[in-house]
Amino acid sequence: MEDIKVLVRDYVIREYLEEGEDITYDSPLISSGYVDSFSMVSLLVFLENKFKIKIPPEKATPEAFDSVNKIVNLVNQYINK
Amino acid sequence: MSYSSKIKDYYTNQLSEIRNAGIFKEERFIHSSQAADIEVEFPSGADLRKVINMCSNNYLGLSSHPEVIKAAHEGLETRGYGMSSVRFICGTQDIHRELENKVTEFLGTEDTILFPSCMDANAGVFEAILTSEDIMISDRLVHASIIDGMRLCSAQHDTFKHSNMEHLEEKLQLHADKRIKLVITDGVFSMDGDLAKLDEMVRLCEKYDAMILVDDSHSSGFIGRTGRGTHEHCNVIGKIDIITTTFGKALGGASGGCVSGRKEIVQMCRQKARPYLFSNTISPVIVSGVLKVFEILSSSTERRDKLEKNAAWWRKGLTEAGFILKEGNSPIIPVMLFNAKLSQDFSRDLYQDGIYAIGFFFPVVPNGQARIRTQISAGHEIHHLEKALDAFIKVGKKYEILGLAKEEIIAKYGV
Repeated sequence: MEDIKVLVRDYVIREYLEEGEDITYDSPLISSGYVDSFSMVSLLVFLENKFKIKIPPEKATPEAFDSVNKIVNLVNQYINK
Repeated sequence: MSYSSKIKDYYTNQLSEIRNAGIFKEERFIHSSQAADIEVEFPSGADLRKVINMCSNNYLGLSSHPEVIKAAHEGLETRGYGMSSVRFICGTQDIHRELENKVTEFLGTEDTILFPSCMDANAGVFEAILTSEDIMISDRLVHASIIDGMRLCSAQHDTFKHSNMEHLEEKLQLHADKRIKLVITDGVFSMDGDLAKLDEMVRLCEKYDAMILVDDSHSSGFIGRTGRGTHEHCNVIGKIDIITTTFGKALGGASGGCVSGRKEIVQMCRQKARPYLFSNTISPVIVSGVLKVFEILSSSTERRDKLEKNAAWWRKGLTEAGFILKEGNSPIIPVMLFNAKLSQDFSRDLYQDGIYAIGFFFPVVPNGQARIRTQISAGHEIHHLEKALDAFIKVGKKYEILGLAKEEIIAKYGV
């Protein structure tokens, strides 16, 4: 669980944040503007490739992607299926 | 009657929220033609004030050029006022096709199609040429009209960090399996004034079998040695698959835009682009004016050369005075103030001193990057710029920011 959190947070920081910016596991990502709806596709591809899962498009919503913790919850729904 | 008090209250509250957030946009009425010297009524009902315009897109000073006005008059006389039809029914005149050919020649492309605006060109082009099997990969700072156009298209989309070529390459690798990959960027970025690295982008597109689209609205007419645009500056004329641009800025400043590029892509737009199919094109009077603009630009580089000199003078003056500027190589020169309120106060004080320049802050620019965006024109003479620089220095002294580093300004005013 912790590993997933760390991996997702590291990816979000590397992919979306500018130098000097930081986030916690609960920081809003979409509603704060760090991640826009166009950029979510990278995150989805990263999650699916990294954790060998398939997230249905209807589940990959801005709400489900709005923090590292929420993303981890989403991943966990599919990781053991 | 369905406009109930409940609905009215809803909109009233929305408007109040916009006001309270400090982002309510108010128009300033200009009582003169567009130029370096303008007469402005602001706020509404106030006495007219003569000010120097430092925030228009009139880069080449052609908006009120006598030859352009004369050509527009002649167009009005010989081709009439309107067409009352879309292009493909009975709305195409000989001069529409003449302008398309002229743009093609000027930009060094294969073909061109006119749109009512570049906003419409960007709204129409993606949907006309891409489907859900394709991917659009855009710079994160592209213009709002591109974002809207991408939203109207069923192709997938992704972004890369602003002007970050390593990140773009990662994205091209990530989406290697897509049928068509279209990389999308502005030529000159309107808020920062920096130029896209088109030479590197073209190299990456060739390596990964991707197409490239450039919105050159803030470049056409003056960027590059002969003003062809960012692709001329980066020495990639003929290698940009799609250029969208506007006639509403440097190229006369009235309205209209186009998609210019590969012949088949332009033909696809002529068959499928909805703003082309379902809206009248540019009126004959404007087409006539824009044709004259291209004649002027093709005969001499005098205006873009003057613009380059003016922009260099302005950048040097502000830098020596101790302002922090965004790095760039265009006539868009943002003076960084970082704090939203400071940008508004600074703009208001400049106006009192006869200088019209607007402050921009979040969400138009990223939080903590508030600025005054200045835009230089070939219509400016050095005396205009000297007066503007004096005013900037005066207001800069008032707020005690001259010579301060970014951190010091933020420490003084916050973000």
